[in-house]
Amino acid sequence: MALQVLLVTPERRVLEAEADEVELPGAQGYLGILPGHAPLLTLLGTGVLTCRRGGSSSAFAVSSGLAEVSGDRVSVLADAAEAPADIDAAAAERERAKAEEEMKTAGADTLDAIRTRLELAEARIQVARRPS
Amino acid sequence: MASLIDIRRRLRSVKSTQQITKAMKMVAAAKLRRAQDRVIGARPYAKLLGNVLASVTAHAGEVKQPLLNVREEKRVVVVVVAGDRGLCGAFNTNVHRATTHLLATHPGWTEVRILPVGKKAVDFWKRRKYPFTEKTYSGIFDKLSYENAREIAASLSEEFVAERIDAVYVVVNEFRSVLSQVVHTARILPLSFEPVAAAPKPDVSGPEYIFEPDAKTILARLLPRYLEFTIYRALAESAAAEMGARMTAMGAATKNAGEMIDKLTLTYNRARQARITKELIEIVSGAAALE
Repeated sequence: MALQVLLVTPERRVLEAEADEVELPGAQGYLGILPGHAPLLTLLGTGVLTCRRGGSSSAFAVSSGLAEVSGDRVSVLADAAEAPADIDAAAAERERAKAEEEMKTAGADTLDAIRTRLELAEARIQVARRPS
Repeated sequence: MASLIDIRRRLRSVKSTQQITKAMKMVAAAKLRRAQDRVIGARPYAKLLGNVLASVTAHAGEVKQPLLNVREEKRVVVVVVAGDRGLCGAFNTNVHRATTHLLATHPGWTEVRILPVGKKAVDFWKRRKYPFTEKTYSGIFDKLSYENAREIAASLSEEFVAERIDAVYVVVNEFRSVLSQVVHTARILPLSFEPVAAAPKPDVSGPEYIFEPDAKTILARLLPRYLEFTIYRALAESAAAEMGARMTAMGAATKNAGEMIDKLTLTYNRARQARITKELIEIVSGAAALE
C-alpha cells in the first residue's frame, strides 16, 4: 500500500503523488514515514523532503510549516517548497556563505533568523546537488 | 448639423478610444487568467490548513492565544484593499463606499486607522485625511507574492499582541466570477476560524494524533500562519476581482464606442449625400436657367 503525498504552499500545489516512503524535516529532527504510520501532526522544520517510490525518489527543499499524517495520507503545508528545477545552486551557495559570515557577528536576537536562512540555503544546495 | 469635417474628426477620436479600450480588455483578460490561477492554487492549502486547525483546536483544549483575545473594540485598523489603477468600473468605489459605511456604523471606534492596499485606496483615504498605519502598500498587485501578506500580517499581529489595537477589519472585493465582484467586510483579528474549518473531515472522530512537539505549540505556530494566509487570500481574490471588473468595464466601453461609431458613420454618410444632392440640384438648375 502506498502513501498519498500532498505538498502544498500557499501559492500552489507542488506535489501530489504516491510514495512508498517519505522523509521530512520535523521540528525535532528528520522523520521517516512508511505506510501504516500512526496519525501524526508535526511542525515542519527547514530541510529536505524526500519521496521514495520504487527505485526512484524526488526531493524538495522545504521551509517551515506543518505536516499531517492521517491514514495513508501525508499532507505537508510548507511556506516554501522548491523542486531541483526551481533552485539556483550558485545563488544558494552565495546565500550560505553570506549567512555563515553574518552568523559570526550576529547578536542573540537575529541569530535565529540567520540560522533559518542558513538551513534553507543548505537544503537548497543539497536538493540541487542530488543525483537524480 | 455639424460639418463633414467635424464629424470625421469625431469619428477618428472615437475609433482610437475604442482601440485603447479593446486593448485594455484583452490585457485584463490575460492577467485575469493568471490571477485566477493564483486563487485556485491557494485552495488546497486553505482546505488542509482548515482541517489541521480543526483537529488541533479539538485537541489543544482551553487555549489562551494572544491572537484570539477578544477585547472591546476601540482602537481599530481597517485594511482597505482596492486596486492600483482605475478604469475598472465601480471596483474601487465599491470598496470605499463599504468602508465609509463600516466606519459610519461603528461610532464606538474612537481611534481608527486605515491600512490602505493599492494606490487607489492610498489616494482616496489621503484626500479624506484619515490617519494611516505606519506602512501603506501601493503597487503590489503587479507582482503579488506571499511575502506581501506576511509583512502585513506581521505588523498587524505585533500591534495586536502589544494591545495597541483591539481589532482589525478588512474590506475587500471578493471574486465571485468574471462578471461579479462582491465587496466583503470581515474581522480578521482577533482570529475566528469557522469559515475555513467548515470543510468537513471524514474521520474527525477517529484518529488520536501524535503531536510533535505538542498541540499548544503547534497551535501557537499555526495561528499567525492562518492570519497571513487569510490576508494573502484576500489580496489574491481582490487582484482577480480587479481584472474581472476591468475586463467587464472595458468590454462595455468597447461596445459603446462601437455603437457610437455606427451612429457617427451613418450621420456622416447622410451629410455627405445631402451635400452631393445639393450640388447636383445646383448644377441642374444652373443648366436649366441657361436654356
